[in-house]
Amino acid sequence: MAAYALQRLLILIATLVFASFVIFGVLEILPGDAAQTMLGTSATPETVAALAHKLGLDKPFWLRYFDWISGALTGDFGLSYTYNSPIAPLIWERLKVSAPLALIAMALASAIALTMGVYAAERRGKGGDSAVMAASQLGLAIPSFWLGILLVLIFAVRLRIAPSGGFPGWSDPLKALEALALPAIALGVVQGAVLTRVTRSALVEALNEDFLRTARAKGLSARSALWRHALPNALPPVLTIMGLQFANLIAGAVVIENVFVLPGLGRLILQSINNRDVLVVENCVMGLAAFVIALNMAIDLAAAAIDPRLRARES
Amino acid sequence: MSAISRTAGLRTGFLLVGAVVFIAALSLVWTPYPPAGINVAHRLQGPSLLHAFGTDALGRDVLSELIAGARVSLIVGIIAVVIGLGLGVALGLVAAAARGLVEDAIMKFCDFAFAFPALLVAILLSATYGPGIVNATIAIGVANAPIFAKLTRSAANGVLAREFALAARAAGRGPLAIAVDHVLPNIAPTLIVQATIQFAIAILAEAALSYLGLGAQPPMVSWGRMLADAQPWLMLAPRLSILPGLAVGLSVLGLNLLGDGMRDALDPKLRGRA
Repeated sequence: MAAYALQRLLILIATLVFASFVIFGVLEILPGDAAQTMLGTSATPETVAALAHKLGLDKPFWLRYFDWISGALTGDFGLSYTYNSPIAPLIWERLKVSAPLALIAMALASAIALTMGVYAAERRGKGGDSAVMAASQLGLAIPSFWLGILLVLIFAVRLRIAPSGGFPGWSDPLKALEALALPAIALGVVQGAVLTRVTRSALVEALNEDFLRTARAKGLSARSALWRHALPNALPPVLTIMGLQFANLIAGAVVIENVFVLPGLGRLILQSINNRDVLVVENCVMGLAAFVIALNMAIDLAAAAIDPRLRARES
Repeated sequence: MSAISRTAGLRTGFLLVGAVVFIAALSLVWTPYPPAGINVAHRLQGPSLLHAFGTDALGRDVLSELIAGARVSLIVGIIAVVIGLGLGVALGLVAAAARGLVEDAIMKFCDFAFAFPALLVAILLSATYGPGIVNATIAIGVANAPIFAKLTRSAANGVLAREFALAARAAGRGPLAIAVDHVLPNIAPTLIVQATIQFAIAILAEAALSYLGLGAQPPMVSWGRMLADAQPWLMLAPRLSILPGLAVGLSVLGLNLLGDGMRDALDPKLRGRA
């Protein structure tokens, strides 16, 4: 397991370096001068040069890349051009909204996937299964941000039992959770629909295995055979898909934050695009990509820990 | 699932997709009003004989906007799928034909690219080149490529190991000729099914990007933009927020049902799975 973990760690580092190349390359090497973009076409060459110098954009690209990475490793992401302040605290402030939102949504999606997936697999081929599958088909079809708008319409505008948007801060945790409830539901339900289908099909496959017949033959009830033998075997593929889906969940969160006017990372990115604050966008996207990549590695390790066959094959 | 509900799914999908295609084609020749025609005197009117779905905050006819929105969604979806297919199939075929280090590198790259959904690619492109429907479409297309690459490679590996492909190689055909003449026709059904699913994902992505202002720009009408424009009027005119979302949902549902149905029809082994 240690050798496998070390191998995954090396792959993680290589992937992160590669991600930084791609993001840096798209934003800074491809045609289009960042300082010019920030100031617009009407700016004089002198002001563009001055801003480029202030942001260090007049250095050669390899030096800028080195500055960016060495800064990022020490927690210094550079200066935001619009906020005129260091970027790292800016991102940190926004993460206090975005990270809990993503986590609550993922927890909700997992709960939906587990209960609905088990329910459908137990009744495979019967009415309950068809109903869950039809519902999940609907969940796949609706955009999560539209579900968010509908939730606002029902719970904030009509019933007036939930806030329609905004975030009061964590000084009152209850109010903060209240503000995150509808956005998390909108995100979690749609993700839950995807994961329900994966959970069901992994479970149905495991239920057809020989070891399950053995478990039933030695006297386990259908239900306890499912929980004790089928589910642990179905879990690794579900976990893997969950990790892959997390990138989509984060993308969905960026949109949802704009529906609910939450001051999270998604809104920071959007505002920075509108303000042409390229450095903030660069760091936010790198942060999100790094998080997704690291999470997928963690899931690989978890799946290997659960499933020794996987570990042996990979190392 | 029973055989009846499966064909019902395929049929419903076919009907829904057919309806969207028809509406999009209709928008080329006719909409009740010009979809971008602002008429502030008639703003925020409820449904009536003149305006079947009423008017929006700028007095535009909602039905006309919905009809024109179908065209934008379909065009973006088609171009994005074509970009994804082109890039992905090329990468997948190269990987399968080259084997070894090249294959490993391409597949690792695809794994890596999964960390960048369409939205993040669009954010990167918009930050550099400014937001717009072209950048959004390219972003969705590029984000589509890895799944096609993985699918093409694994299907192509299967085909390349079969006798007729080996015979073609023994007869002196080059890798490109074998890929085009033997591999592509054999993996086409798999690719068509996946293209249908990716089409649905592209429509969802376009709606989200246009909602954020990173996709269609005014005066272009798109379902995502309609949702963004409608949000301030949620309390006064909720239908403005409900109708475009329904249009997106029904189109995506149709494509997903069609894709699932075709997969089941083409490959009986997969029946009853995801």
